[in-house]
Amino acid sequence: MQRIGVFVCHCGSNIAATVDVKKVVEMAALEPGVVHAEDYQYMCSEAGQSLIAKAIQEKQLTGLVVCSCSPRMHETTFRKAAERAGLNPYMVEIANIREHCSWIHKDMEEATRKAVILARAAIAKVNLNTPLQPGESRVTKRALVIGGGIAGIQTALDIADAGYEVDIVEKTPSIGGRMSQLDKTFPTLDCSACILTPKMVEAAAHERIRIYTYSEVEKVSGFVGDFTVDIRKKARSVDMDKCTGCGVCQEKCPSKKTPSEFNRGLNNRSAIYTPFAQAIPNVPVIDREHCIKFQTGKCGVCAKVCQAGAIDYEQKDEIVTEKYGAIVVATGFDTIKLDQYDEYAYSQSKDVITSLELERIMNAAGPTKGHLERLSDGKPPKEMVFIQCVGSRCADERGKSYCSKICCMYTAKHAMLIRDKYPDVNVTVFYIDVRTPGKNFDEFYRRAVEQYGVNYIKGQVGKVIPQPDGKLLVQGVDLLDNRRIMKEADMVVLATAIEPNPDVRKIATMLTASIDTNNFLTEAHAKLRPVESPTAGIFLSGVCQGPKDIPETVAQAGAAAVKAIGLLAKEKLTTNPCTAKSDELLCNGCSVCANVCPYGAITYEERQVNDHGIREVRRLAVVNSALCQGCGACTVACPSGAMDLQGFSNRQIIAEVDAICR
Amino acid sequence: MNREKKQAELITEISGVNPLKCMKCGKCSASCPSFEEMDIKPHQFVSYVANENIEALVNSKSLWKCLSCFACVERCPRDVKPGKLIDAARQLVIRQRGQEYLSPDEIPALLDPELPQQLLVSAFRRYRR
Amino acid sequence: MPMKDEFKPKIVAFCCNWCSYAGADLAGSSRLTYPADVKIIRVPCSCRVNPMFILRAFEKGADGVILCGCHPGDCHYSTGNYYARRRMTLLFSMLDYLGVENGRTRVEWVSAAEGVKFSQTMNEFVEKIHSLGKNVRLEDLRCRKE
Repeated sequence: MQRIGVFVCHCGSNIAATVDVKKVVEMAALEPGVVHAEDYQYMCSEAGQSLIAKAIQEKQLTGLVVCSCSPRMHETTFRKAAERAGLNPYMVEIANIREHCSWIHKDMEEATRKAVILARAAIAKVNLNTPLQPGESRVTKRALVIGGGIAGIQTALDIADAGYEVDIVEKTPSIGGRMSQLDKTFPTLDCSACILTPKMVEAAAHERIRIYTYSEVEKVSGFVGDFTVDIRKKARSVDMDKCTGCGVCQEKCPSKKTPSEFNRGLNNRSAIYTPFAQAIPNVPVIDREHCIKFQTGKCGVCAKVCQAGAIDYEQKDEIVTEKYGAIVVATGFDTIKLDQYDEYAYSQSKDVITSLELERIMNAAGPTKGHLERLSDGKPPKEMVFIQCVGSRCADERGKSYCSKICCMYTAKHAMLIRDKYPDVNVTVFYIDVRTPGKNFDEFYRRAVEQYGVNYIKGQVGKVIPQPDGKLLVQGVDLLDNRRIMKEADMVVLATAIEPNPDVRKIATMLTASIDTNNFLTEAHAKLRPVESPTAGIFLSGVCQGPKDIPETVAQAGAAAVKAIGLLAKEKLTTNPCTAKSDELLCNGCSVCANVCPYGAITYEERQVNDHGIREVRRLAVVNSALCQGCGACTVACPSGAMDLQGFSNRQIIAEVDAICR
Repeated sequence: MNREKKQAELITEISGVNPLKCMKCGKCSASCPSFEEMDIKPHQFVSYVANENIEALVNSKSLWKCLSCFACVERCPRDVKPGKLIDAARQLVIRQRGQEYLSPDEIPALLDPELPQQLLVSAFRRYRR
Repeated sequence: MPMKDEFKPKIVAFCCNWCSYAGADLAGSSRLTYPADVKIIRVPCSCRVNPMFILRAFEKGADGVILCGCHPGDCHYSTGNYYARRRMTLLFSMLDYLGVENGRTRVEWVSAAEGVKFSQTMNEFVEKIHSLGKNVRLEDLRCRKE
């Protein structure tokens, strides 16, 4: 039998004005198990807490019920007070007689009656409480960053600078990501490579950062603080240690007809390649699908010309298994496919391009060496048309319902750069809304209009019609003038919607991180925990969480790093003791609980049990208390009633129901 | 309820279109082949219905200039479908003149086994009294 | 809301800790009244509510049971409320079959920001129970204190 103390708080007049506190004390004292009951002005005060401590010691209390405000307010306070007085903190229950009673009822008699019932329910529950001990789990002091773009690089640098080991896993042959494909960045117009390359070099040279390029995460197991990850290092066919990065192999490679991924397919690359000149690591890979040696067995030119003897056709994929305490997802984005948008003639004309393709065209290292020219005939354009919101803000299944956020600004940037470099080119932008919420963003857009004379027309374009003479007829409307616009353009640039990297779904499943209908990773709280996944130990960096520009991505990368560092800095993790627990004598090993568990916390073990003298090996559910978050889904799913939730057990809740209905 | 409000509701009901979904991008007008012929442009149709300005709409030239090519319906990024609104407004005018109703007795004679079910359903929606 | 009759229904409300319990707290701190007949039991998640608890409540003489959880997609445990929704759909249909009217059972999604909704829901629910009167099905008469 418990020895329970009941403490009723007046909360000044907040409770006492509508609830007869003395009556609650009097009624509570009659309940089974109650050996002490008293009231006080402010229970949460220093004096109130010492009152509780004194009673615990004098009356050898084994359980406490505090009738006061919401447990969301002061449960922790009273649990700590109990712990200081030598009582297990989980032997404390709160009866919420303020928010759920005194504040919403006016009639004193009625409110008092309800307060008594609420106290009774809490007493009934405490009678069945058992002391709980929070578990502990260790923390592996190493972080994994998935994705080597600016988000991943920044997160890795911040974590490494704080003194922890970091591994970056990047799918492509080089780190750098989308940002390495950009020419200039808004709103300052500094060259993307000039600000990114030093960061790439810094990451590569950092003593605490290891970079796995041309690698993918294959399998993730474990939980916060103790993840085990298999990383597949795809066969590069080039020995990383021997290669000097001289580039002769790429020059001599006879297979040069593969569309370059880095240049968005605007030109071709060789079968042995590095994506771009500043690639890190500067070690090529052989694209086996397009390599003559791998396809026909006859070639081997690269091996012959390689002075270092680095080419290794026999190389195989390798699986590396590593342990991590925290995982940061920084998988980034891609532009959507435009096959569904035939009205803009993207697939019909080479001169209709996406904005990312224009970035490559404008870039000095790009397919046209930085000269603005039509891809169809190489002639310089005189009329350029930009179309915004292509695939963004679309309610139908062709596009994305969200605003891609970056397009307004990069379109203003492109328009400005073109007008600056080629003043004789006319630039027209068709927009629905111009959205520039960022520091110095609107000023930037206004500069494009006022100083550079970019012609902004409100109205989405209806269609783009390729003409026999190679021009493009853009059919639109000026909504402000109510006027039809038929504009002949030499080039049309589509501000294509962005979407999360298609691989993110696979990765989210491996991490049990939740994902929304647009494949963006969900944050733990939309406002207050924006860089954490609801899954403990998983953090979000960059566009994988939602559309962002570079400064926002870098800011979020830093935030994600801090959250990861906060985790890695802990020696041990304290786990919530209100976790599920299976009764091994009742469990029949049916796997139903494991199927409903959102955290993968339930596994099965063959274990020896002693069921009333019968010793046998049974298949039993085992809850990993470090993974279990205590939702209780399994307890209800369990057909044999073996699974129960500590702190909210079946018996406890039924006792509350009984007390309320009594 | 005033007359125009009722009419606006009837138009949205017949068309199955929610004019509040419109984000005023103008792609409907930009796609419209009869744009130049119209006094009220396709994108304005949506706001006329949303603002319950129906008298002006049913008396406009545009109502009968629309070719029902449904380019606007096809291209609308927000699923608003101005073409359907125009179609419904026409229906409203026809109903006001007291034509174009079907009574259940007339239907069996009109039925053709080749008719798609969808057409029947939409015809009932339009022509019922 | 003054009730004319003397009938004081017993109503059990299960609220998840993360959304609905906080919503009820907000209703309290905003002083949004609802009848004292509603008594709240805190559970970690709506999916913790075993159909057994609801049957038990009716057995012990409850006149109505309401389950509140986070809005679909907002569950703190990501999918808990979906389980709750499915389980309750089945349970309520079975209860209806047993003669416990559908109006006596309800599932409602209340977020931590919806104090107004919480109070409104409770007012509506109590009113409904008043219109249905005392529950006579499922109650274990041996439990009745007379």
